[in-house]
Amino acid sequence: MNKPKSYIGLEVHVELMTKSKMFCQCSANYFAKEPNSQVCPVCLGLPGALPVPNKKAVEWTVLIGKALNCKINNVSKFDRKHYFYPDLPKGYQISQYDEPIANNGWLKVKSQKSKVKSSNNETMKQSNNEKLFRIRRVHLEEDTGKLLHVGQETLVDFNRSGVPLVEIVTEPDFDNADDVKFFLEELHVIIRYLGVSNADMEKGSMRIEPNISVVSSQLSVVSKKSKTEKLKTEIRLPNYKVEVKNINSFRFVKQAIEYEVERQIELLGKGKTPLQETRGFDEKKGVTYSQRSKEEAHDYRYFPEPDIPPMTFAKKYIASINIPELPQQKLKRYIKDFKIKESDAFTLTRELGMTKSFEEIMMHPEIRKLEITAQEVVNLLLNKFRNQLSTDKTAEKLIEEIAAVKKLKVDIANSFNEAELNNSITLIIKKNIVAVNDYKKGKLNAVMFLVGAVMRELKGKADPIIVKKKLIEKLSI
Amino acid sequence: MEIYYLTIKEAIGGLKKKSFSALELTKACLQRIKLIDKKLFAFLTIDESRAIEKAKEADRLIRKSTEAFRTKPLLGIPIGLKDLFTTKDLRTTAGAKIIKDYIPPFDATVVRKLKEAGAIILGKTNEDAWGHGSSGENSDYGPTRNPYNLDRVPGGSSSGSGAALASGECLMATGTDTGSSVRLPAAFCNLVGLKPTYGRVSRYGIIAMASSFDTIGHITRTVYDNALALEVTAGNDPYDATSSSIPVLNYASFLEKKIKSLKIGFPKEYLVEGIDKSVEENFYDTIKIFEKLGAKLKKVSLPHTEYAMACYYILVPSEVSSNLARFDGIRYGGERNLFGAEAKRRIMLGTYTLSAGYYDAYYLKAAKVRRLIKQDFERAFAEVDVMIAPSSPSIPFKIGEKIDNPLQMYLSDVFMCPVNVAGVPALNIPSGFIEGLPVGIQIIGPHFKEELLYQVGSAFEQETKFYQIKPEI
Repeated sequence: MNKPKSYIGLEVHVELMTKSKMFCQCSANYFAKEPNSQVCPVCLGLPGALPVPNKKAVEWTVLIGKALNCKINNVSKFDRKHYFYPDLPKGYQISQYDEPIANNGWLKVKSQKSKVKSSNNETMKQSNNEKLFRIRRVHLEEDTGKLLHVGQETLVDFNRSGVPLVEIVTEPDFDNADDVKFFLEELHVIIRYLGVSNADMEKGSMRIEPNISVVSSQLSVVSKKSKTEKLKTEIRLPNYKVEVKNINSFRFVKQAIEYEVERQIELLGKGKTPLQETRGFDEKKGVTYSQRSKEEAHDYRYFPEPDIPPMTFAKKYIASINIPELPQQKLKRYIKDFKIKESDAFTLTRELGMTKSFEEIMMHPEIRKLEITAQEVVNLLLNKFRNQLSTDKTAEKLIEEIAAVKKLKVDIANSFNEAELNNSITLIIKKNIVAVNDYKKGKLNAVMFLVGAVMRELKGKADPIIVKKKLIEKLSI
Repeated sequence: MEIYYLTIKEAIGGLKKKSFSALELTKACLQRIKLIDKKLFAFLTIDESRAIEKAKEADRLIRKSTEAFRTKPLLGIPIGLKDLFTTKDLRTTAGAKIIKDYIPPFDATVVRKLKEAGAIILGKTNEDAWGHGSSGENSDYGPTRNPYNLDRVPGGSSSGSGAALASGECLMATGTDTGSSVRLPAAFCNLVGLKPTYGRVSRYGIIAMASSFDTIGHITRTVYDNALALEVTAGNDPYDATSSSIPVLNYASFLEKKIKSLKIGFPKEYLVEGIDKSVEENFYDTIKIFEKLGAKLKKVSLPHTEYAMACYYILVPSEVSSNLARFDGIRYGGERNLFGAEAKRRIMLGTYTLSAGYYDAYYLKAAKVRRLIKQDFERAFAEVDVMIAPSSPSIPFKIGEKIDNPLQMYLSDVFMCPVNVAGVPALNIPSGFIEGLPVGIQIIGPHFKEELLYQVGSAFEQETKFYQIKPEI
């Protein structure tokens, strides 16, 4: 029997942190504000009010599109998407239907799993554990208000109504929840690098809706020759798909997908076809539950938004929107220019704040006087200073501290009795036979436990890096 | 003559010469409303105390200096606003019961501009609910009557504005024109009514009917008054993304220009069956007057005219169904069962034409036809400077005559809707009386050429002076 195969696509919503809302001048920063204090006739949908699009939001959508290697369309328009819900004051959401700002992009993600699974997209290039996932479209729309259930009553807060929202839609190129998580983490970092959103899942400024379907048997793969005479494979996707909503962390995305794949495999195993439906995710139970079936699906009655003329983007305008250096480029540059470890470069480049501190330190004239390697700086940044980086420490201050640490190390090295260190190491090895055996069996992390014990023995008066080096020497005898 | 029958031009002359005060003028109109509006039902809301207060303010400014009219060209002029115009702190109902108690927290851009120009707002005028109608009979509050014959309709949907101005209840009134709604009441009430180019006047704060058709116009007694008001209302508005930044002209300055050797076309498709014999005769008389004035008259063709009404009645209800979705009774207003029959009809039509599976056959097809109709007008304007056509195929009809036959009612607008489909400007001017009832013609021009309409309209008005004929109420 063939292994079941999952097809997973993603819809990602990202709230932009523009100063004002998408179609009016109200503040887009609604977090923790008094309900209905950031509203006006436009975002309340009062009769006669009209939307005027926010240029910055359009620009940032183009930026996201470019960062995701999309085609930026010369002409794009807004459409009305109709549905009735109390948090939607106009009875329609201004969104984009058939002419999004950007489409046909891709994002390469380095899979951190040692085992590279086979992938859905046959055209995908694979090298170095890198996988390519196609981006179908990037479009711009407005957020809705928020419902608050208080006792028997439901209240509506319109502070969020009209906040710019970018929707990123992928092709169903994922076949496992881990890849989805890596992809989302990469996307999250990119969005933060672009400075267009804080992409905070908990605050709801980044929302994920995966759609999942599974086929139980080998796919019928249709091969045909395209115009360019290249062999193209066409994959016949399952004839249903399940969308999961209300997920507010990457971990829950993974859980929801894993649960959903299991559930669908079980149904298929019984010879049933899962229903096309929208399901919610219960994070306490870790399960998905049915919300709305296909029969109840909305007919959104899209039509071009008559209040906003179509947008045309000149080539010059598109070219003028510059993508900053993105995490993957930075990572490569750090390895090449600073000769730091790839794993450290990866950790460092996950947070733009850390890369800023790192680059400022390395560019600073003072750092050369310290005779310190980039790797040592990274070690300090990642271990000792990591929690301080958010407190706006200047490069000067950090260099001072680096110098102090360096001096301490030199002092320790100078004052420290080599014999005392050797004695302590011997003592600790004797005392911790379990850890030593673990290490010898291949649990390399066990050495860190021993380093800690030696450091305690010496009351911290040693350089842990030297201790570790010495320990490994002794253990490998 | 009573001061409430003055034109704006005459009234400003009187105010400058201190023949009367703004307060006297305002009170004269308010008095007139009290006296006759029970018969007409032109006003839904009267804002008497604020109007009087504003009139006193205007008098203070005039006393200080008559130069005040330079920056405030409508200073002290009492006007009525169609109830689709959102007015801060003043009830705005759109002629609909569902928002009978709605008091907006903001002014429409045009309302703000009129206030800044010194106009005195007397109140809000009756209308077909949401602008849906050609007779005024679709008002949820009751029909407005024609001052020239109380058994007849005043034309809609800006029915109250037409009747109020024709009967001396104000000196100007605003309207919106999505398919005929300024021009038809102007035609049926012996008045000058402008449907500006789409985008010429801001729609911000005007309760939307069909957003890609709605234009914000006004009704006056004379062409001069109309041009003067457009100078106030027109112009780009940062709150309306569809408003144009094409410069606003000094429209009144075009009125003295002669129309000798101007090329005036008349669409042959408009002079076919379905038009009243008497209206047709009136139109041919009109042509003769223009010829006498030296214009070159020429038959032109708008070949897609027969599809215009179908196109209009697919696209407009589509947008109507969307625009009325916000009246859900959650934040303001009553429950949706309070929608009138015509609103329900259009919501259902529009919901249908936008539905999955029908969109391509209806909305999309109609949108394509719309482009063809636009092209018709562009091609015609390559041949002629302006076009003229009868405003309505019939004289003002009896109240109740067409109310049970929506299709018959829709056909009242057959000569006007195509203009909105194309988005070009048109001006109704009085062209005489049939059986004691007013009829009008419309002058249709190329996009953003309102000055041409005024030039042609003024020449005809100077020759005919129909505006001097007042109703007996």
